[in-house]
Amino acid sequence: MLEAFLDALLLQAGYNAALVALGAGLLGVAAGSSGAFLFLRKRALVSDAIAHATLPGVGLAYIVMVMLGGEGRSLPGLLLGSALSAGAGLLAVQWLVARTRLAEDAAIGAVLSVFFGFGIVLLTVIQNMSRGYQAGLEGFLLGSTAGMLFQDALLIAAGGALAVAFTFLFRRPMTITAFDPEFAATAGIDIRRMDLAMMGLVMGVTVIGLKLVGLILIVAMLIIPPVTARLWSERTEHVVLTAGLFGGLSGYLGAALSASAPNLPTGPIIVLIAFSLFVLSLLAAPRRGLLAGARLRQRYRKSLHRHQGLLAIARNDAVRNPATLKLLRREGLIGRDGTATEKGRDLAATAARNEKRWALARQLYTDDVQAGGYDGSRPIEELLTRDAIAQIDERLGEASRDS
Amino acid sequence: MGSEFVQLSLTPMLIGILAAIACALPGNFLVLRRQALIGDAISHVVLPGIVAAFLITGSVSTWPMLLGAAGAAVVAVVLIEAIKRLGRIEPGAAMGVVFTSLFAAGVLLLEQSDTSSVHLDVEHALYGNLESLIWFAAEDWSSLVDSAALRELPPELFRMAGAAFVIALLTLIFWRPLKLSTFDEAFARAVGIPTVAVSLGLVIVSAVAAVAAFDAVGSIIVIAMFICPPAAARLMTNRLERQVFWSIVFATLSAVLGYVLAGYGPLWLGGEHAVSAAGMIATVSGLILALAALLGPHRSRIGAPTGR
Repeated sequence: MLEAFLDALLLQAGYNAALVALGAGLLGVAAGSSGAFLFLRKRALVSDAIAHATLPGVGLAYIVMVMLGGEGRSLPGLLLGSALSAGAGLLAVQWLVARTRLAEDAAIGAVLSVFFGFGIVLLTVIQNMSRGYQAGLEGFLLGSTAGMLFQDALLIAAGGALAVAFTFLFRRPMTITAFDPEFAATAGIDIRRMDLAMMGLVMGVTVIGLKLVGLILIVAMLIIPPVTARLWSERTEHVVLTAGLFGGLSGYLGAALSASAPNLPTGPIIVLIAFSLFVLSLLAAPRRGLLAGARLRQRYRKSLHRHQGLLAIARNDAVRNPATLKLLRREGLIGRDGTATEKGRDLAATAARNEKRWALARQLYTDDVQAGGYDGSRPIEELLTRDAIAQIDERLGEASRDS
Repeated sequence: MGSEFVQLSLTPMLIGILAAIACALPGNFLVLRRQALIGDAISHVVLPGIVAAFLITGSVSTWPMLLGAAGAAVVAVVLIEAIKRLGRIEPGAAMGVVFTSLFAAGVLLLEQSDTSSVHLDVEHALYGNLESLIWFAAEDWSSLVDSAALRELPPELFRMAGAAFVIALLTLIFWRPLKLSTFDEAFARAVGIPTVAVSLGLVIVSAVAAVAAFDAVGSIIVIAMFICPPAAARLMTNRLERQVFWSIVFATLSAVLGYVLAGYGPLWLGGEHAVSAAGMIATVSGLILALAALLGPHRSRIGAPTGR
């Protein structure tokens, strides 16, 4: 099993398997990065409508090809049909949103279910047309790489490469449009055309991915990698790049894994690898990850305990909170007997002065201080200039003289 | 056509109508709350639920399947909420992550387990088997008063009728809080309506409708009926009461027309075999929505530019 996986990973498991793995990797890169544009435009689920809308096109193309006396199963023909009906589905979504008062989610749901339902009707028509002869169109629902023809694998690899090239070419205007449409418009970018290109790219990725992962799961390749990438970065261009990376990784690893053992369907494996990457990122991503968040909270709680403890020392009060006591003792701010050490008294004086400065600053600079987020333990030097602090100290001095 | 109709078409048609109404009722509120795709998400995660139930119990009996599907729906809703909150990710994308991953897990489980001996596959979950729910014991219309024949009615009919009845009852009982919290959540909270509980309840009822319906009619009808009849009804009127009424009319119309077209349409066109009833019902509901979008009296946004 492991050996077979390594073989597939290193493209040693046969020519077809290697092409499929490469194609899946390229498709993943294209899906991840084009999905990132959609995700940042907050239209991730439009891809769901596009994907489901491919089915009637596949059926119609098959029927037309058979009627013209052809074989019906030619992949380029089926993909062309699926692209046409995906385009029709996309137009239907946009028409419903623009012309009626239905919201986009209702339009997406309506289009995906109706197109898919009609596609199923066509599939049963085809079943009746060619009884006793499997048209094999069900493979487009969940994808199937088993027994894939060489030229089909080639088509997927070439299509994936084309989609990656297209993404690379249009990365700048698309990034700007995704991040800030209004700014993009003033920068002379035609938003409508950019949106159209974005949708065209998503459509292309969907169509290429049909045979590989199937129309139900291709949505996952467009959504999960961008969401994962978003956890790692706040910058648009990094999100697009990382999403492509995660997408490519899951596509390549998934195809290799699925080629290495029976009963591991390519589409679901790719999606589950993408999902595992997402879960790992949710835990471990810097800043937005759960572990980072927990560490941050821990640090904040510590700083509050330290601050309150120091203020108590400055007031000559006894520290009673056990957590605070433990922290102060460990940092050598109070001794075994519970009295403050020299270092503790020093820091306590600083904390008390800081507290007094903050109290006055809050009266003087109402807006600034509120905007800066007073949390009780921040050194005031982080927020106010040295002159402003000097002024505050002067006033504090007057106040203490007066009393 | 009397006896043949009663035996072959009456029960599937009734089940189709009941499923359509059971989904359309909560769908009205989902569409207004912009949560229309909840139905889509739930009907995708039903698959891993039934596969898991099969793996645990080893059989394809009804109740474990329904419980498994309901459990999967709950897991999905919890996961979506968790990802939304923990990862600070917008709801649509969080939903996309969860339902595709769970669906993929379901397909993988299905491929890995030996289900060759039982009738359990992805296609079944998608299209259902509406056509096969025939009333075998029926002779003709008089069977409707024949208790021996009535006992042989397909159990799906009673299940679906029960679900539709409970959903209709709940909608009536909670009409006021549902309506208020849908249109003005802040006001609803101010007058003491637990809005969080109401929206959670709505999602749960939707899940019940989806799970009860998918078994008989498949996921396609479920998604289509959650959205298309309510969306078309929304374009007909400004009043919620009338919208719900219209949605029931449209749902019934889709089920009846769709079933008839699927069963008899190909014969009229010279074909020999019926096409998928589930797919045709979804298609008809889409045509109704298209007509409403073209002609409905309240189709455009108030104050939106008309383009003239």
